[in-house]
Amino acid sequence: MTEKWTDFAATALAWRKTNSGLAIPIPEVDEGVAATMVCHPSKAKDMKPIALPTERVPHWQARAIEKLRELLTKYRGLQVYLDICAQCGACADKCQFYLGTGDPNNMPVARANLLRKVYRYYFKRAEKFLGGDAEPFNEQVLKEWYTYFYQCSECRRCSVFCPYGIDTAEITMAAREIMAAIGVATKYVTEVVAKVYERGNNLGIPAPAWIDNCQFLEEELKTETGKDIRLHVDEVGADVLLVMPSADNFANTDTMMAYAKLFYALGISWTTSTYANEGGNFGLFLNYQNMKKVNKRILDAARQLKVKRVIWGECGHAWRAAIYTNTLNGPMDFLDPPHPVHICQFTADLIKRGAFKIDKSANDDLLIT
Amino acid sequence: MNDAAMVWNLVAALIIGFAYLSAFVLVGGLLLRLALYIQTPVPLKIVQTPGPKSAPGVVARIAGDVLIFPNLFQADRLLWLGAWVFHACLFLILVRHTRYFLYPVPELVIDWQTISVYAGFFFPIPALYLFWRRLASSRVLYISGLPDYITLILLTAIASTGMLVHYFARVYLVDVKAFTLGLVTFAPVPPPPHPIFIVHFLLVCALLIWFPFSKLMHAGGIFFSPTRNQIDNVLYPRYVNKWNEEVRVD
Repeated sequence: MTEKWTDFAATALAWRKTNSGLAIPIPEVDEGVAATMVCHPSKAKDMKPIALPTERVPHWQARAIEKLRELLTKYRGLQVYLDICAQCGACADKCQFYLGTGDPNNMPVARANLLRKVYRYYFKRAEKFLGGDAEPFNEQVLKEWYTYFYQCSECRRCSVFCPYGIDTAEITMAAREIMAAIGVATKYVTEVVAKVYERGNNLGIPAPAWIDNCQFLEEELKTETGKDIRLHVDEVGADVLLVMPSADNFANTDTMMAYAKLFYALGISWTTSTYANEGGNFGLFLNYQNMKKVNKRILDAARQLKVKRVIWGECGHAWRAAIYTNTLNGPMDFLDPPHPVHICQFTADLIKRGAFKIDKSANDDLLIT
Repeated sequence: MNDAAMVWNLVAALIIGFAYLSAFVLVGGLLLRLALYIQTPVPLKIVQTPGPKSAPGVVARIAGDVLIFPNLFQADRLLWLGAWVFHACLFLILVRHTRYFLYPVPELVIDWQTISVYAGFFFPIPALYLFWRRLASSRVLYISGLPDYITLILLTAIASTGMLVHYFARVYLVDVKAFTLGLVTFAPVPPPPHPIFIVHFLLVCALLIWFPFSKLMHAGGIFFSPTRNQIDNVLYPRYVNKWNEEVRVD
């Protein structure tokens, strides 16, 4: 591999040019094509520990509207975004779920309209009278919600293209919170949150397995580097509590070993916790209560272990919720500021301050994209 | 008083009543909506990053959103052009119309008179483009509803009747100003007996009533969009959620 990275950049630019700058063709509307892609429903055994109804509540329609009313008084974003969309369609071809399926309900504006039509029916009768699409919350609408609000990853890409910054994630989160309140949720999300409360992490790795994995990785590191690099677990008094996606301990072990190498090179004592060994917060995909509780475990573990700092490993879901930790569970003033801290922020800061040298030749044969 | 005069007086009274009603609905509706937005809390920082790091930066960001639609520029250049010209024309038309309600007429309004009249003539072009666009793309057609079409038709009808009374079937300007000044000083006089002018005026009243209950509220709501009006300092200082409820799950 002798080519320089600039050559790859030139190739990529040329490729973009021949594809008129678009990586993915924009599909025509194909109604209902993703309607059958429905998540498995939650199970009672998972709903119970996360304080949600184990089955559809009686008078679920009224309960849902009551919940919508509550959320409207709590979230300005939701209230404003339901009101002001001009239906311009600038977001329509920006959602990966629309690009991937062509189902019109996966256009962010149409997805939000699924909630908007219910909002209009109960809360904005004037607009309904003026010809706006309005529908009562019924079985059919609930089915649409369950299908399409779980085909949104809350990535917020659409909001970047909206002239008013309408954040469909706010609308998706509201719809999921409403559904959760009446006992409607997916198996995937509820099972993961329940696992966190049971075992401290999304994958449900028991403490002995976590410790065993860490010991195994220590041996790997010994073979690779010849050094005694430790992966501490539940070590009281360590400087740093590291919370990562639990997959790092289980599948993406290169990342886990890299954390260990980094802290070893810096001479910083660190630990993971078997009470909260997960950064990824699936409460974000369910409701405020569970989002808050998943994050609370991390700070509880930090207090138990008397660490000076909590560092979040790399995980999009984790970090999205981590930045709310101070608001949700703070103040975090028992920790050294700034907080929360992401492993990349932490490392970049140390590189800037010259804490260690980087051998650029070690990985210069690798392509990144 | 003959029958025709009586009918006309009745019609004039109805028009004046409708005008006050529409102004009342507009102001009342707007105030209620804006009060609702102001009193609803924003629990979490959801600012679009990278965002402004200070309050003046937020003002600049919102001003940019209102004046040049940067997000739309990223999304769709043609739509951006159509939408920007559409709003620029609306703005000029609106500025020019202050001359009917202010006495004496401000210097600026007189200076802008010519270009504002051109804007009135030009307005149907971006409006037609926006209408055509709703039909031309399967995506936009899918999301377009009756209110979207009505809004465009209403605005175009207002602009067209406006240009008719300005240029082709002129209404006597002194009568218009007497009527509009009468309205704003709460000493109403009958409108000029010019059918197209009356249609123009009634359509505007309908628009005012339509405004606070429809998507036209984007004009007010844009100032309250948390993704755009928050300071990008999510990590420090601590952002406080007023209703941060205790964890009930245990």
